[in-house]
Amino acid sequence: MIGGLFIYNHKGEVLISRVYRDDIGRNAVDAFRVNVIHARQQVRSPVTNIARTSFFHVKRSNIWLAAVTKQNVNAAMVFEFLYKMCDVMTAYFGKISEENIKNNFVLIYELLDEILDFGYPQNSETGALKTFITQQGIKSQTKEEQSQITSQVTGQIGWRREGIKYRRNELFLDVLESVNLLMSPQGQVLSAHVSGRVVMKSYLSGMPECKFGMNDKIVIDKQGKGDATVSIAIDDCTFHQCVRLSKFDSERSISFIPPDGEYELMRYRTTKDIILPFRVIPLVREVGRTKLEVKVVIKSNFKPSLLAQKIEVRIPTPLNTSGVQVICMKGKAKYKASENAIVWKIKRMAGMKESQISAEIELLPTNDKKKWARPPISMNFEVPFAPSGLKVRYLKVFEPKLNYSDHDVIKWVRYIGRSGIYETRC
Amino acid sequence: MPAVSKGDGMRGLAVFISDIRNCKSKEAEIKRINKELANIRSKFKGDKALDGYSKKKYVCKLLFIFLLGHDIDFGHMEAVNLLSSNKYTEKQIGYLFISVLVNSNSDLIRLINNAIKNDLSSRNPTFMNLALHCIANVGSREMAEAFAAEVPRILVAGDTMDSVKQSAALCLLRLNRTSPDLVPMGEWTARVVHLLNDQHLGVVTAATSLITTLAQKNPDDFKTSVSLAVARLSRIVTSASTDLQDYTYYFVAAPWLSVKLLRLLQCYPPPEDAAIRGRLTECLETILNKAQEPPKSKKVQHSNAKNAVLFEAISLIIHHDSEPTLLVRACNQLGQFLQHRETNLRYLALESMCTLASSEFSHEAVKTHIETVINALKTERDVSVRQRAVDLLYAMCDRSNAKQIVAEMLSYLETADYSIREEIVLKVAILAEKYAVDYTWYVDTILNLIRIAGDYVSEEVWYRVIQIVINRDDVQGYAAKTVFEALQAPACHENLVKVGGYILGEFGNLIAGDPRSSPLIQFNLLHSKFHLCSVPTRALLLSAYIKFINLFPEVKGTIQEVLRSDSQLRNADVELQQRAVEYLRLSCIASTDILATVLEEMPPFPERESSILAKLKKKKGPGTVPDPEDNRKERCANINGATNHSSTTANAKASAPSFIGDLLAPVLPPINRPRPVSSLSLLPTPLTPLSLQAYAMPLSPSAGSHFQVSSPASDLLSLGSASTLNSTPPSAPKASASLLVDVFSDNSPTAPIGAPAVVVADENFSRFVCKNNGVLFENQLLQIGLKSEYRQNLGRMYVFYGNKTSTQFHNFTASVVCQDGLNSQLNVHAKPADPMVEGGAQLQQTLNIECLSDFVEAPVLNIQFRYGGILQNISVKLPVTLNKFFQPTEMGSQDFFQRWKQLGAPQQEVQKIFKAMYSMDSEVTKAKIIGFGVALLDGVDPNPSNFVGAGVIHTKTSQVGCLIRLEPNAQAQMYRLTLRTSRDTVSQRLCDLLSDQF
Repeated sequence: MIGGLFIYNHKGEVLISRVYRDDIGRNAVDAFRVNVIHARQQVRSPVTNIARTSFFHVKRSNIWLAAVTKQNVNAAMVFEFLYKMCDVMTAYFGKISEENIKNNFVLIYELLDEILDFGYPQNSETGALKTFITQQGIKSQTKEEQSQITSQVTGQIGWRREGIKYRRNELFLDVLESVNLLMSPQGQVLSAHVSGRVVMKSYLSGMPECKFGMNDKIVIDKQGKGDATVSIAIDDCTFHQCVRLSKFDSERSISFIPPDGEYELMRYRTTKDIILPFRVIPLVREVGRTKLEVKVVIKSNFKPSLLAQKIEVRIPTPLNTSGVQVICMKGKAKYKASENAIVWKIKRMAGMKESQISAEIELLPTNDKKKWARPPISMNFEVPFAPSGLKVRYLKVFEPKLNYSDHDVIKWVRYIGRSGIYETRC
Repeated sequence: MPAVSKGDGMRGLAVFISDIRNCKSKEAEIKRINKELANIRSKFKGDKALDGYSKKKYVCKLLFIFLLGHDIDFGHMEAVNLLSSNKYTEKQIGYLFISVLVNSNSDLIRLINNAIKNDLSSRNPTFMNLALHCIANVGSREMAEAFAAEVPRILVAGDTMDSVKQSAALCLLRLNRTSPDLVPMGEWTARVVHLLNDQHLGVVTAATSLITTLAQKNPDDFKTSVSLAVARLSRIVTSASTDLQDYTYYFVAAPWLSVKLLRLLQCYPPPEDAAIRGRLTECLETILNKAQEPPKSKKVQHSNAKNAVLFEAISLIIHHDSEPTLLVRACNQLGQFLQHRETNLRYLALESMCTLASSEFSHEAVKTHIETVINALKTERDVSVRQRAVDLLYAMCDRSNAKQIVAEMLSYLETADYSIREEIVLKVAILAEKYAVDYTWYVDTILNLIRIAGDYVSEEVWYRVIQIVINRDDVQGYAAKTVFEALQAPACHENLVKVGGYILGEFGNLIAGDPRSSPLIQFNLLHSKFHLCSVPTRALLLSAYIKFINLFPEVKGTIQEVLRSDSQLRNADVELQQRAVEYLRLSCIASTDILATVLEEMPPFPERESSILAKLKKKKGPGTVPDPEDNRKERCANINGATNHSSTTANAKASAPSFIGDLLAPVLPPINRPRPVSSLSLLPTPLTPLSLQAYAMPLSPSAGSHFQVSSPASDLLSLGSASTLNSTPPSAPKASASLLVDVFSDNSPTAPIGAPAVVVADENFSRFVCKNNGVLFENQLLQIGLKSEYRQNLGRMYVFYGNKTSTQFHNFTASVVCQDGLNSQLNVHAKPADPMVEGGAQLQQTLNIECLSDFVEAPVLNIQFRYGGILQNISVKLPVTLNKFFQPTEMGSQDFFQRWKQLGAPQQEVQKIFKAMYSMDSEVTKAKIIGFGVALLDGVDPNPSNFVGAGVIHTKTSQVGCLIRLEPNAQAQMYRLTLRTSRDTVSQRLCDLLSDQF
């Protein structure tokens, strides 16, 4: 049970403070500021315990959101709530920034009152919230409207109201994945996983019934045509509340009445048969005490017709670097002293290609005996396919009451694979 | 110091610092710093040599980054290079970097030391000063090792500049503080003293600091500094303010130096040389006079400087504590400050007055300011000043003004700041106890205290009330009444409930006669608070209930009902549950006699240092709480001996004994004393060793019926020890067990084989040393009373056996056994007794006793009878002691001392120093000495508080003359007992007997 929720700016000034339970005092606000935001050492753990009080925090750009409790709560629940809170705020006023929060603080308090009650998370579905918490001035609602909202919010399908009409029934489906990797210098995969999300934007009339199908291994095997399509093994997944879980459990089919507008249909994670879009081959040679030679090769490992974008390779340099010379064939490379790294940027790169950078690093001899820890080389990129191998097989829409069929709905599908923490040791 | 010229400012540094200050977030700051570090690294790496200016600039930046909290692992070499520069600014930055950043085990330390050495020998005063400052700032052992010999040389060298001397003195002071063992004391010390005569006042000031520190360690080496300091002081004090030019601060001549000189003088006692002493007194008087002069300036600095000197002078006066006029003048001066509008001055005045109050010369003078101080307590806005006022009131309190002060403190307590409440509570409790003339006032005060500030009344305070009420039977009734009335309030503090529970449990019977406070009403009143209290208090209340059962049998049913209720018998708390179960069983099974024995009134507590005082001392740290009594012991005759708790060193060592320890103390008696297990805290069940022994007899065939009774009772005992919270649980049983063994081995080392292994009861034995009649033994079956008379070597004893049961005792036999050697020393003839004792009847037996020669052991009375078919075996030590055969002898002072001298052989004298176990009331002591059998001789000893007695012990074979001298020391709660007799064994035995009585 969350005892209170605070929002700070980057200086540690309190922007929003909402206390739900008496066991959280005012001093908790300061305790978090002093011990986490202004801590001498950077606090890396998202959970901090100060004087028998637990603080769970997430950071969005320069804004700190901290949930506080004195009880033994489920930490995953608290973080889920915090992320949801971020989503709700983004849905209401866009980017979470100090300015936006200051401009919307009445709204935020209103939201906080609605989505947390005595520390227990309540309905945090943006669509539902938007029906009764509006950014415009309060237009006096009639009794019927009020009762309609109440019955909808407390009813069986709280996330969608009746009577929605669109001239064009459209549906957007995005598969967003982030691929994480840790690789040894010899090219051995030490750990790799993909966490993905299926995000939908639906503009459909009435109360349509949707069915979503993908190349889930269990379903494919059941249907007995595993040879035709490549199937993937999903380690775990979570769904939006609109998905009928009983049906998923029994038939493994994903059917739902979608909310209106944008929402996250499911989240999943895979660890097997991941397509690694890039391979990094590092070569580091220490020449005496004052010189270091670094050579890094990257290889793209996908269909030549596809183009990867926004590629960035970050090669850390020792702390006593006194000068760097870089030579690269493709893209731009620069030594960034402020970040103690060489940053190599390539705008675009097709599949099955190779590129190389070499750098000479001069070192200043120090009286410090500490050896350089050699942090891993990290990489950022964006590719137009799902590294997990997930494919959308179908998305069917049924609306028995209104007069449109599956064929009349315009559907858009897009795959984006991004790098998460994509590191190679050197 | 040469000023940094404009052109010398480092622009790059300024830009960098302003960049850092403009950073929006920590990440941005780290980025900026990383960038700068990379820049500096590339600059330091560069093959071309940097010029001094850039080197200085970059070292400065590194220093700044370091001070921001980032690690710096390069640039040391560049900083060391700066040391060899000839420019002041570069050298300064180099030294700055080194004193901040270089750690002692660096490789560079040799280079640095070299550079410092060069600078020290450079004869350039600026460079020498920089080097000295660096040594002082680093102050590490390595620095001390390298330069401890060099610095004193510079200090005393004739050609050193004044400013360098100043720095050298301070540098040496620092080295002396960090590594005193490395600073060599040599011939320079003598010359340092003469720096007090230096022309340059700065040098004198620095040297005075150094000498003060050194003198604290080796006062003898610097004795000569006293006269020089006095001379210097008098020159400063008497000078016109313009004489000292630079060192005159807002019209006050050299205030810092004066303060330091006065501090130096506080390291020494008042000077013995009359001339110096006169001069010093004159100085101090002048300083006091100057305080009376109108201020020469309205500036606050002027009065601050003046007052600083004045306060230091007053502390010197207090330190010397030898000039009454000065002390009184100081006190009056402080009295003026008490009404000053400057808060700091009032604070300081109160603080100094606290110390003045403890001086015998000025105590009375301090007392005249009581109204002002009380006023300060009420009106001061600053809590720290009020706290000082409380301290001062405490310090100035004595018998004459105790009531007023305690009343004021109590009334202040209601509005007092939370931070000082507990301390005030303790102080009120101590003062109320110490100066209580009548104890009703004391009880009222403490109850008031609990009412006003119950939360701040610590355990010790209410423990102490209980101790005092139990030890003084004259207030018990009053206390019971007051507590009863206080408990009537709808909301009482828990501490009040505790005190109420305890006192009503002990002394509720004293007010039970009044129909308004009948037993049932008392019980209902207590029980109405029960559910509002915490577990320990409830436990205490349960004990009070069981005591009620003993005191008022008429409420037994009600109380048993309460104990039987589920909320007690099945309480979640183990302690409460156990108490409820055991008390219930005890009240059901045990007869009233057992109850009366088990639940007897608590015995008086041994007097010792007040636990409250110990707590206050602990709180404040030792030595900071002047016990007013200690300081004025000569004048304040302590009238109420019972509450005298002036601490002695012995007591102080054993300070802060927990109260539980206090209560348990009698469990571990110093010698084989009776009443060992009798008092356990919060569970007042005086289980005498006898009852224990009765329970511990399962071995003997007759124990069957007792055994049942014994199990709850012995459980009770272990419960009692468990309930003592922090004492070791098995201590009580262990103590009693060892006691039993002791008794056994004492009395029958070679008990005849086959004799029943019965332990001899002697718990009442020592009670009979000084009296002849009373109850010797009692258990639930039998009571043995004694009546005895002695003349010369003959005695007759009447023993009364009372059957306490309703059934007959069969086969009753009582015989006296004189074990082994005693046969030849004592002849005891017992007339045979009737073999049948009717229920409720009494049987008399006569014993004729004849003393043949002096003896140590006592005869044992063995009693055997059948009760309900079971054989009972009881052994009691008969209180026939050597002193019974005393014949008092009256004699004059001259006569006494003549005989005293005659018995001067070492083996004839026995002396024993021991701690008082009972209150040191002189009337009681007198009665005891007379009861012991000797004549009490008045006016023999020059000290009227000592007791002197004389007597002759008659045995059949011989007569032994005996002289006794008992010297009480009320201060220390100790006695010294000296005995001289013509026979050494007699001396020893008598001494043992008598010393147990006080």
